[in-house]
Amino acid sequence: MTTFSQRLQSLHSRDQERVAVILQHSGQPDLPISYRQLLRGANAYTRAYARAGIKSGEVVVLILQHGEDLINSFWGAILHGAIPSIMPFLTEKLAPERYRADLAALISVTKPTAIVTYPEFESEVRGALQEGDSVRAVILTNKLEAQSDPDFDSLLGMERSSEDIVLLQHSSGTTGLQKGVALSHQAVFNQLDAYSRALNLDDSDVIVSWLPLYHDMGLIAGFLMPILSGIPLVLSSPFDWVRAPYKLMQSVSQYKGTLSWLPNFAFNFCAQKIRDRNLEGVDLSSWRAVTNCSEPVRFESHQAFYERFKSHGLKWEALQCSYAMAENVFGVTQSDLTRPPKVEEIDREAFMAERVARPPMKGRPAMKMMSSGKPLSNTRVRILDEHGKDVAEKKIGEVALQSDCMLTGYYHRDDATKKAFLDGWYLTGDYGYVSDGEVFVSGRKKDMIIVGGKNVYPQDLESLTYEVQGVHAGRSVAFGLFDEEAGTEDVVIIAEVNSEDAAEQERIANTIRQHVTKNSAIALRYVKVVGPKWILKTSSGKTARSANKEKFLKELEEENK
Amino acid sequence: MSDNQTYNEFISKIETYIASRILKQSKRKIRADEPLISSGLIDSFSLVDLALFIEDTFGVRIDDTELNAQTFDTLDQLANLIQSRQSK
Repeated sequence: MTTFSQRLQSLHSRDQERVAVILQHSGQPDLPISYRQLLRGANAYTRAYARAGIKSGEVVVLILQHGEDLINSFWGAILHGAIPSIMPFLTEKLAPERYRADLAALISVTKPTAIVTYPEFESEVRGALQEGDSVRAVILTNKLEAQSDPDFDSLLGMERSSEDIVLLQHSSGTTGLQKGVALSHQAVFNQLDAYSRALNLDDSDVIVSWLPLYHDMGLIAGFLMPILSGIPLVLSSPFDWVRAPYKLMQSVSQYKGTLSWLPNFAFNFCAQKIRDRNLEGVDLSSWRAVTNCSEPVRFESHQAFYERFKSHGLKWEALQCSYAMAENVFGVTQSDLTRPPKVEEIDREAFMAERVARPPMKGRPAMKMMSSGKPLSNTRVRILDEHGKDVAEKKIGEVALQSDCMLTGYYHRDDATKKAFLDGWYLTGDYGYVSDGEVFVSGRKKDMIIVGGKNVYPQDLESLTYEVQGVHAGRSVAFGLFDEEAGTEDVVIIAEVNSEDAAEQERIANTIRQHVTKNSAIALRYVKVVGPKWILKTSSGKTARSANKEKFLKELEEENK
Repeated sequence: MSDNQTYNEFISKIETYIASRILKQSKRKIRADEPLISSGLIDSFSLVDLALFIEDTFGVRIDDTELNAQTFDTLDQLANLIQSRQSK
């Protein structure tokens, strides 16, 4: 039984000069941070929380970009016994009003007592506060005392019990109320123990990550696991990576990185957008696992990645898969690192019509399914039919899980919690099957779109279109369209308007594109504005997303003829 | 070719690229002063593509630290940037 603060203390006393994090910023030299420096930086925040009267067990929301302040304010909260929760920072494509509304909603649900942000962003944060809400302090990054060594004996964080909540993770979503998952120290350590075992993690490992810390993959695999295990972490930001994907390869080469995690689209992105000149002298042979996670995993994406980087020492068996979610802290499964993930060819029609994964009959269309591996040693997986009964091996059903690190409920969201459980099993909302003990994930129960690792609910996007003048409620449809080249889904929106005038339709299309992006931070690939009676409805008057998708694809094909 | 002609050519080539390859609406017109990045028209995932296209088409490099709305946000700004770098 241990807590984060106790673990930090022991890492610090073991070797305080050991490097915990190598922080990278585009255009700046890399910044190595030792455990001693990490704790000193964190302690400056611990004292700021104390000065602001923040108590142990209270939630603090961190609204910061990639950088030292984010790291220090996080660990400072831990040392203070407070519960950190990282909120994505405002990006230039999101409208500030929408951001403020999301923040206000987050505050009303999670009831934080402090928010940490930059002085430049203070007014934005204050704009989301309301008379009588839970927030007592807005702590600014420029108002800290000098860094100093923590006195472990007086830290409130040392008094926490392993069953106490240590942090809140937000299950990713588009707009509106995000569901927070409260995790105890013990739950996180249970996950880390099981996941580290699946990886055979040891002292010679080096983790390289650019993933955001407000997402489970970044927070757990790309932040907590290395720091709490005494394993060096090379950390850059998604903002920098998306503009210079080659830096991931250069970092792995320079620091002899052994482990990384990437969403599926990133395999395609790296394979397509890196120039040879940026790979000169790059050696990727140290990479023992690049784990594909948080989007549907595609064999073709692994192939493209391998073809691009094999001449730089990338090993085929380094490309691995995991099925993970914030509700289980992180990993549910991990493929076996000693061999490439299993790939099964299955009959497409049987998969669609009979919901079963069986080998294709001769000459019949087949599809490739890649395994996400076996459940972690602490996690059990079942596949259930619509009545909650177990289905046979290779039959497709909803994935349900149970573990010693699963959520106990969504934070202050009893409504959402109730819907998510069945007799003590967490219902993931994902479809999949089990074959020879390995989990194959095949889709989503709901019409959710996963674009670039981010979950997007079509209803949210459709609601936003109704705010555009000329579009009436119930007369738009949003869906995802798998983009082979990108390895992820493209977002399509079709909106019906009264006007048949092409110029007017185009004007509305432009407005929709802008309005939806500004309010969801989701870029739209296709926006199609159509005349009356285009959109297909079900007999009960609901919009049939799949039928409209088919119609859209047919028209697209016609146009491109 | 006069400066004006080159400028117009830059604009039209980039416009065609953005409309057909990034927005996938080949008939879409883009005004020279229309915000591209700050408006969300071009998302961050497409910025590298745009930089690679410009490098291949005009022989001008845009550094990854310059892929933001502060450096260029419109076709006009982009065409001027290319022109100033080509003449160096």
